[in-house]
Amino acid sequence: MADLVFWVLSGVAVASGVAVFSVDSMARATYALAASFVAVGLALLLFDLQFLGVITVLMMIMEMAIMAIYMIMFMGMNPALMPMSMVHDKRWAMAAAAGTFVVLAAGAVLVPWPDRAGDPADDLTAAVGEAIMGDKMLVMLTVSPVLFATIVAALVLALPSGRYARLGDHLGRRTAPARDPEGAGR
Amino acid sequence: MTLETVLLVAAALFCVGLYGAISQQVVVMVMMGLELMINGVILAAAGFWWFLTPVPDGQVLLLVVITAMTVEMAMGFGVATLLHRSRESDMTDMATDLSR
Amino acid sequence: MTGVAEISAAWAPAGAAVLLGVAAAAAALDGALAARADGRPLRAGVGLPVAETARLFRQRRRNTVSADVLLRWIGVGGLLVVALLKAAVVPLGGAVLADLPTGLVWFNALDVTVWALVWLVGWGQNSAHALVGGYRFLAQALAYELPLMFALTAPAVAAASLRPADIVAAQADLWFVLWMPVAFAVYCLALVGFSVWGPLETPVGADVAGGVLADLSGIDRWLVLVGRWTLLTAGAAFGVTLFLGGGAGPLLPGWTWVLLKTAVLLAALVALRRRLPALRPERIQAAAWLGALPLVLLQVLVVSVVVVGRS
Repeated sequence: MADLVFWVLSGVAVASGVAVFSVDSMARATYALAASFVAVGLALLLFDLQFLGVITVLMMIMEMAIMAIYMIMFMGMNPALMPMSMVHDKRWAMAAAAGTFVVLAAGAVLVPWPDRAGDPADDLTAAVGEAIMGDKMLVMLTVSPVLFATIVAALVLALPSGRYARLGDHLGRRTAPARDPEGAGR
Repeated sequence: MTLETVLLVAAALFCVGLYGAISQQVVVMVMMGLELMINGVILAAAGFWWFLTPVPDGQVLLLVVITAMTVEMAMGFGVATLLHRSRESDMTDMATDLSR
Repeated sequence: MTGVAEISAAWAPAGAAVLLGVAAAAAALDGALAARADGRPLRAGVGLPVAETARLFRQRRRNTVSADVLLRWIGVGGLLVVALLKAAVVPLGGAVLADLPTGLVWFNALDVTVWALVWLVGWGQNSAHALVGGYRFLAQALAYELPLMFALTAPAVAAASLRPADIVAAQADLWFVLWMPVAFAVYCLALVGFSVWGPLETPVGADVAGGVLADLSGIDRWLVLVGRWTLLTAGAAFGVTLFLGGGAGPLLPGWTWVLLKTAVLLAALVALRRRLPALRPERIQAAAWLGALPLVLLQVLVVSVVVVGRS
């Protein structure tokens, strides 16, 4: 039973992964990637990784919902309306991907993997919680500032102007003037 | 479901993502390729953890991989927005300042 | 650990029927209040869910030009499925359909799925108003989702478990709503947010010609409307589990108390609906990120300090 579920989920994951780069609709490409992630997240449940599996599904659906907006905002054209190839170095990329797969697959099959050492804890969710709050605390201590720095850095990159430019030197303006006025204000 | 099969599926995911990351021209599509590669890494890490050493440390590693993915996404969106605003373009071929 | 047992999957249709029934009752109450406000006969309002169902089931499906039928179909059908999956982890007294150790995260993952589904309904119709509605929902979701996540964290921290049954058991002495009112209030706001309902229904607002509902007809429209009401019902039932003591109560068996409390919470939301203005996404953004989020973080801090102090 677990085998069957695993093969179905793997099939969905890889097929929708291929679909990401072969469908010609931005929305379909994005949500194909979401489907691939959901399949992998559900596959994690087969390894009893309930918390991490569900978290993966949660985060990836959220990210892909945002990703779809970025796709449509930045693609500049609608490939669904104007079929065109948005790729470069296609043959070289295909060769590199195939070569990497051969190397990785050979490694997966040929390396003599050791036997399983130890048994998983009874409550894996509690185990990971105790790990990051206990002897793996350093990981948590590193991840938190990295995430905070990411928020700041991404905002610095993405924002064209700070709040002083929008709200005046004393932050006194109630509303910001439009950056690119449209209509009558242009 | 053995370690070998899990790794093969993970390798397939990784390589499809690699193809996308190399061949796509649009920054957001390149990011989707990178995401798919990390998807393969997540599956492989979970497989290694389950079949070799099912101790809590492996789960912590998975958490780090998932965090790395969010960081990649956030910075990617930031860079894509910046590129789009400053050059009205989001094609990788037009952002080659660092390649000469 | 707790007196909650998983019941067989054969009960799933019964659970779905209960969810649909409670949702229909809430819709009937809403119709009745609307009828009274308009001075129409009360009976027409109470019969609204049945009449609307009969009308939509007979209506022919209208298709827009080059609609993305696959994506629209996923979004339209998905909402009801998400509501059913959410309801599956709610313990009805001593019985639960799926006794997940990470039920809380499961619920959270499903309400994030609503992000994708509502947007897909809007996108799939290939219609401007529907797409505006879809974008409005994503903007609204950005506002409510983070406060919601931390509001869900508070009961989990207090109960030291992500399992809904354990969270109910931890409220045996004192309901969580009494010492985490901020988390409960934020949860209720987020609940109407992910149900696209009440003050947060601008994604289907009349000012954009029905938003994501603009070009839906027949069974599609019915599924989305039912999806919204069942999401509201399942969310209310989960709120009862998290904050209102679940099946705790005198005399009556546990499952009646869960249904009773869910009905009361739903009735309160329906009654409040007419007294609140519509909250547009761009207006709530600052309030959510600068007001609700710090407040609910403080709530989690208070809960954590109490938990540490007690142990």
